[in-house]
This record gives sequence, structure tokens and C-alpha cells, in this order.
Amino acid sequence: MSETLNPLINLGISCFFILSLRGLTFPRSAYRSNLLSMIGMSLTLLWMLITCTHPFLVLCAIILGMIIGIFVSQKVKMTDLPQTVAVLNGCGGLSAFLISTCAVLEENLDILDTPISAVIGIFTFSGSIIAFAKLQGLIKKNFGNLNQLLNLLIFIILLLTLIEYALHPDIQGFLIISVLALLLGLTVTLRIGGADMPIVISLLNACSGLDSATIGFVINNQLLIITGALIGVSGSILSFIMCKAMNRSLLTVLFGTTSTHTETDSYDRKHLVKTGTPTEAAFMMENARKIIIVPGYGMAVAQAQHILRQLSDILINKYKVDVKFAIHPVAGRMPGHMNVLLAEADIPYENVFSLTDINNEFSSADIAYVIGANDITNPLAKTDSSSAIFGMPILNVSQAKTVFVVKRSLAGGYTGLDNPLFYADNTIMLFGDAQKITAEIVKTLEH
Amino acid sequence: MNFSEELIVFILSAFIGYYIVWGITPSLHAPLMSVSNAISGIIIIGAIAVLNTSPSSLVSYLGFIAVTLASINIFGGFGISQRMLQMFKHKKNIRVTKNE
Repeated sequence: MSETLNPLINLGISCFFILSLRGLTFPRSAYRSNLLSMIGMSLTLLWMLITCTHPFLVLCAIILGMIIGIFVSQKVKMTDLPQTVAVLNGCGGLSAFLISTCAVLEENLDILDTPISAVIGIFTFSGSIIAFAKLQGLIKKNFGNLNQLLNLLIFIILLLTLIEYALHPDIQGFLIISVLALLLGLTVTLRIGGADMPIVISLLNACSGLDSATIGFVINNQLLIITGALIGVSGSILSFIMCKAMNRSLLTVLFGTTSTHTETDSYDRKHLVKTGTPTEAAFMMENARKIIIVPGYGMAVAQAQHILRQLSDILINKYKVDVKFAIHPVAGRMPGHMNVLLAEADIPYENVFSLTDINNEFSSADIAYVIGANDITNPLAKTDSSSAIFGMPILNVSQAKTVFVVKRSLAGGYTGLDNPLFYADNTIMLFGDAQKITAEIVKTLEH
Repeated sequence: MNFSEELIVFILSAFIGYYIVWGITPSLHAPLMSVSNAISGIIIIGAIAVLNTSPSSLVSYLGFIAVTLASINIFGGFGISQRMLQMFKHKKNIRVTKNE
């Protein structure tokens, strides 16, 4: 009976997943979408438990994973979201690798699907671990100067061994392929710098989807293929959007060079920087009609989202200022990271705008409050064709009447570039911790 | 099911995914990643299938670990998505009370 029932059940569960992703189109229906996919997943687990041969063993493993997974997900801070997603991706990848290893051990040698799913699985695993270590700050060293040909070389050898395996499948060949894919995951992610992290995270997400799909091909399961295709496409689109937002191509991120820009005349401009105090900033904000706040990763590091909400509340309610938030697609370390942090602080999503929606409004704003953001506001992206970020869409903060930039120092952002915005006539720098500075502004505004 | 049938299923699903994902607002990209991350734990089906056929003890150990890892992926992913989306939901209520 399960032979005829299986495809129907797979179809039903796929519908849940599709509707779930569809629900994420609007913030209003987003909460429901997670419930939908949870129902889909529960049905899957239930059906597997009914039909499998060792239900007790499977149940034990599921409960063990459940305890660990729920514990981890409830413990992490919202700022640490990207690395948590990376670790979870890694778990999925390793699982896929183990499944394909088992398939090989059971002498399922003659299929090419198996080594391919093993390659993607172990690549996802090692890549995710490095991404985690980088985001967590465990690896601080920059491997940007690692030979770029190395990745290409490993990739080509990997392809050759795959062809060799397709002709003469054996366990040694499988092991060599796995080790090469593991290495490739390490070298690719080691070279990628902090600013490209949103791309890597989305890419690993896409890989974990492709994993599921290839395992689906190995064990002939439609549900795995459908779900895997959905996730693979979703991750690929996110990577594409992130690449576009940084004006990079995926190939240059993976195999290309990270261009190092030599700072030219920035040195003698340093004394032209205007600095201000939080009290001055508060005074100007009080009298403004429209303020646009531009948060960046520095805001997340300083955990300033809650105090930022107090600032916007007091400006809106007490001083009747029009306050909007502008979010660049690559602000933060994963797609949509800033939106989640602002949501965590209960900032209404009606006040939060994306780059394309708000970029024309800077010219009508009295104040742009740039907090912990750097490269995404750098005018060099428009003016200097030799710059590493040339062509990347930026937020036009300098069009506002006055720009306040909250920053610890004049140091460059993740790209290491100098930012001419800091030296502009209408820019006032507020040096210090994002949270402390904002708190002082709020304190002044309260009186 | 043969390979070409599987390929048809794969490609058509990819098309569905393509049209859905382009419609998703950028502010929900982080929940999208974590929900899809949780769903990718569907690979647990493969892991359970390995346990089903386990002839040797090595394979069943590996299968057990695979099921556990996939399960971590599922429940961790859903846990995080839940926390994230709760914030988006939470906010709606606040706005409603403000209007009243």
C-alpha cells in the first residue's frame, strides 16, 4: 500500500513547503509560513517513523537532534544569526555526506549521483565550518592573499577524479573525491573576506538544497528532489541578489582576486574632518523634519538596535519628526540581517525601507544618521573607477542636508577603503561606541 | 522512477521556486534563509533510508549520526525561524494597539 500512498504523501508535503515559502512574500503572512513548513516536516517525520524498519532507533536519533537543535536555537543572540545558520547548514551537509558514504559502502558504486552528493555535502560542511569560525571571530587572519589558482587547481583535479570515478567506481576514488571537496570548501571560504560573507552564507544555503536534491536522485525520492530544488533556487537567487548589491560576480568571489586599493590622498585630508558631540546632534535632530537612519554591521556589533528604537520613538512621538530606516541589501552578514535586528527591537517594518525604495528621499531629508555603516555609503563606488567597490549601488546619504556618522575611528570598512563621505562638508563625525553615542542623544532629547 | 522523470520533477520545482523567491520582500530574506535551511533537513529521509537497509554495523552507526545531524538542522532551523518571525508578528500587535 505504501507504494501507491508514498507519491501522494510526498505531493501533499511538497505543497506545504511551497505554500510556506510563498507565505514569506509579505511580513503579515510570514509567521504562518513557518507553521506550514513545520506541519509539512512533522508529517514527513511521522510518515517515516510509520514506514521505517527501526522506528525506535530513528526516534532516538530524532529526539537527540531535537534537544540539541532547540537548545542551540533558543540560546543564540540575534546578532549571531549568520553563524548559527552556517552551523546548521554544516550539519545538513555532513549528514548528506554520511548518507552518500553509506550508499557507497553498500556497494552502490555504479552511480555518479552518489559522489556528486558527497562532494556537495562535504563542501557545504567544510565551507560552513570556516564561515562559522570567521563570523564568530575565531579566524581573524586574512587569507585574501592565498593563491587564487589553488581553488581552480583543486576544482579541476576534483572534476578529473569525478570522471575517473564514473569510469571505474571504487572506494578509494570516493575517498579521494571527498578529501578534495573538503579541501575546496576550506580554501574557497578561507579566502573570502568579511564583506562577502552574505554571499557565502547564501551560497552554502543553495548547496544544502542541492544536497537534498542529489540525495533524492540517489535514493529515488521525489520529495527530496522537489524540496532540494526549491531551496537550491532560493539560495542561488539570494546569492545573485547579494552579488548584484556589491557589484561582484560569483566567479570573482569564489576564484577571483580581492583587489587591494592603495590609499592615495586620504592622508592630508584627515584634518578636515568635522567632529561633533551627541548634544549637538540631539539639537539638530530636534529641529529636523525628516531623518533617515542608516544602520550597518557596526550597529549590530554594538547591540545598538534597542537604543535606536528609543531614539526613533522619542523623535516621532515628542518632536513629530518623520523617521525612516534605510537598509542596504548587504548591510550585516547575511541577507536581511539588519531587518531582523530592527524587528527584534520592535521597530515597525513600515518605517524600514530598502535601498531602491528610499534612495531618492535622501535629498529631501534634513539628517542622515549613519550608525556603524561604512562601505555601503562610500561615494567612491560612484566616482572612482579604480576602487574595489566601483559600481556597487550605495545609499546616497551625502544628499541629506546634514550627515551624522557614528563610528569608532576613521579606519576603513571591510574593504579597507577610505570613505570620502567622512570628509564631506555636510558630514559631522561622532566618534565612539554606537550604543553610547545614541544613548547620549536620547538622554538629551528626553529633557 | 527513472532518471528523466526525476529530472522533470527537479526542473519544474526549480521553476516554482524561482517565481516564488523573486516575490519575497528583501526584509524577509533572513527568515527565508532560515526557513529554507530548516526545510533542507528533509535530507533526514535519506538518512532514515540508510538505517532501513543497514546490513553492517558501520553503516547503521553512520546512519544514526546522519539522522541526528539532519534532526539538529531541522529543529535548530525551525527554532530560529520561529524566533525571528515572532518579532515580525509581535510588532504588528504593537502597531495595532498604538492606533487604537
